Amino acid sequence: MKIINLIIILFLGWPSIGWPMTLNVGLQLEPPNLDPTSGAAAAIDDVVYGNIFEGLVRINEFGDIQPSLSLSWDLVNNGKSYIFYLANDVLFHNGDRFTAADVKFSFDRAKSNGSTNAKKYIFKPIVDINIIDPHTIMITLDQARPDFLFNIGLGDAVIVNEDSADRNSFNPVGTGPFKFVKWVRGDRVELVRYRKYWGPSVFLEGANFKFITDPLSAYTAMKAGDIDAFPNYPAPENLFLFKNDPDYEVVVGLTAGETILATNNRNPPFDNLLVRKAIAHAIDRSELIDGAMFGNAVPIGSHFAPNHPDYIDLTGLFPHNLDEAHKLLLLAGYPNGFNVSLKLPPPIYARRTGELIASQLGRVGIKVKIENMEWAQWIDQVLINKNYDLSIVSHVEPMDINIYANPNYYFGYDNDDFKKIIFDIESSTDAINSSQLYKLAQKKIADDAVNGYLYQLGKYGVWKAGLKGMWANYPIRSNDLRGVYFVGGEQ
Amino acid sequence: MSSFLLKKIISLIITLFVATGVIFILIEVVPGDPVAFMMGLSGSTEAADALRIELGLNVGPWARYVDWVWGMVNGNFGISYTYRVPVIELIRERALVSVPLTVYALFLSTAIAIPAGLISASRRGSLVDTSFMGVAQLGVAIPNFWFAILLVLFFSTTLKLFSASGFPGWDAGFLICLKALTLPAISLALPQAAILSRVMRSSALEVMNEDYIRTARAKGLNKNQALLRHGLRNAMIPVLTILGLQFSFLLAGGIIIESVFSLPGLGRLVFQSIVQRDLIVVKSIVTLLVFSVVFITFIVDLLYAAVDPRLREGN
Repeated sequence: MKIINLIIILFLGWPSIGWPMTLNVGLQLEPPNLDPTSGAAAAIDDVVYGNIFEGLVRINEFGDIQPSLSLSWDLVNNGKSYIFYLANDVLFHNGDRFTAADVKFSFDRAKSNGSTNAKKYIFKPIVDINIIDPHTIMITLDQARPDFLFNIGLGDAVIVNEDSADRNSFNPVGTGPFKFVKWVRGDRVELVRYRKYWGPSVFLEGANFKFITDPLSAYTAMKAGDIDAFPNYPAPENLFLFKNDPDYEVVVGLTAGETILATNNRNPPFDNLLVRKAIAHAIDRSELIDGAMFGNAVPIGSHFAPNHPDYIDLTGLFPHNLDEAHKLLLLAGYPNGFNVSLKLPPPIYARRTGELIASQLGRVGIKVKIENMEWAQWIDQVLINKNYDLSIVSHVEPMDINIYANPNYYFGYDNDDFKKIIFDIESSTDAINSSQLYKLAQKKIADDAVNGYLYQLGKYGVWKAGLKGMWANYPIRSNDLRGVYFVGGEQ
Repeated sequence: MSSFLLKKIISLIITLFVATGVIFILIEVVPGDPVAFMMGLSGSTEAADALRIELGLNVGPWARYVDWVWGMVNGNFGISYTYRVPVIELIRERALVSVPLTVYALFLSTAIAIPAGLISASRRGSLVDTSFMGVAQLGVAIPNFWFAILLVLFFSTTLKLFSASGFPGWDAGFLICLKALTLPAISLALPQAAILSRVMRSSALEVMNEDYIRTARAKGLNKNQALLRHGLRNAMIPVLTILGLQFSFLLAGGIIIESVFSLPGLGRLVFQSIVQRDLIVVKSIVTLLVFSVVFITFIVDLLYAAVDPRLREGN
């Protein structure tokens, strides 16, 4: 009998009794490294943000700025300087004490010439960092910049330790509630609760982030019980299989990803506003959302997240209307339409939406040739060399409407009025004024139909029933597990 | 025998050298900049330039080729662009999954195929033969990833006997790892076994018509004894050839099965590296695979000589 038990345990592993204190989280993409201050991969923040690393401030599930390593702050000098009051008794995972010197080191490092920080622009406006005492630091900018506080809440601005910073890509050391254990490349990253964490203690004993690329494997891994939670489940087409199962909970939220029909405004026929408006009228968003995303997405009329307080609904600006589209094309001098290419990156949302867009534009005489490409090709041809007509991509960076102020960006939108709005936003210290300006900015690019605005990419959370505290939305990319716990006692 | 070895080794080195040139040129031609890929949709150009210098991508192709080959000669395969760890370490980690998986799959496929092929051959035309070969036909026809999904749906999601995906790592224990590799190995083995059993059968049937088998039968051995004692060694030559090819194929060709089971194997590493333009990893793995194919062919040649003494004479 004992031998049989032994065989069962050796061969099948321990039977799972009670609730899993170590959470198994499924992610589709494996991070290339674990240093959020290098490179741009969202997959890095998926694992480390809020769990291993913390910044001066923290962005929460609703996109709000929360105190973190800085318990409070003052804005002085007409909004040009921030004084941060830092938490006491914070230890890095290597045992080093966190002080103002670490803040200075982290920001200087991100700003330096050799820095490979993808969001170096956050640190560029910093003109002075003054350590007032070990727990007080003053940061002075070139001008008042209200978005600075949000920006230093991003993964790119987390606080690192001087002794370990160079090794963070494979052995990350932060101040967060979870400590890095090991990374089995291609399979998983293991974290364990940091017992000397300075903040409120977390509920989980640890977490394993497991990387499952294939959508069908994501389904089988959930159903087999290998995974407790898939915060961004990669297959919206079979979400209903979990919705109908009482053992699982499905939470459809929003990401910061505006999915757009990117349009090359530089070249004819898209340099003509009439043509862009015609395309806007030809697009049927509800068909795209039902057909490509199985109903799980929110339509947008401009480049702004619908769950942001400054969002205005502009989806009614160019309602789906084929007659109007035909009329505009006739006015623009294209009574018989024209031929264009549509270059699609690999994500499934882009491929599926692309096929529907091709057929929708076909109805007004625009003949679309689809070209599927891999990411590296897409970045090379579309993003860098701007050699494209149309494309479909989701812009997942939070609050990124300012990309329209860059005339060299791949849209090729060069509009002085819009640039002025963004300039004013960046220097406005008045919250009400800045909110008005954001609304103006949304309206401006929608009026100019710079791109086709399709839908906000959903976040499809699937987890075992009884699991609480997972993020419903992705205002920034993070799977912050500090508030996650199980109720009910059974897995 | 030693001149046979020497000749083989020289041709192995030349093949490898030519291969590095071809691989390097092919990868240079592929469009897509690894740095641009790593910086994403909104990365700053300044940071991209800094990264290019850090990765040693700011020098010309000729200098990079020489660096790369010279590094490999000295056992230094370079640092992965994306993972920032030595390439050799990445390959070692992945090979610790792929090699055991390949060996496991080949073990299963030979264990099924050789007896099945021999039984079919010795009972040619019987019900056993027809049904074995019918199953083999089916095994060739069924795509292995589909078969893998069926296995997962049955054994993992319904019976919950195996985990559906992932690899615990060898420090978790041998049996646990063996268990994690079982469903993938079965999925890989089935189509290979189907092919192998058909080769075994036809090869055995061929030798059954040879004069020495007739002589053996005339001396009083029955059909099966003659086949096992005298026929098998001769019938093994084509089977060994196929086995050698299958080993090389499975080593990196398990990519789809690795994806279905989310196994961190070599196939997925190559695929991921191509997608992310981690070109140094692609180059090194492809070179390594060329090396392993050449090396396995070499081993198979030696095995030919072992099963058939006539081949040792140097022809």
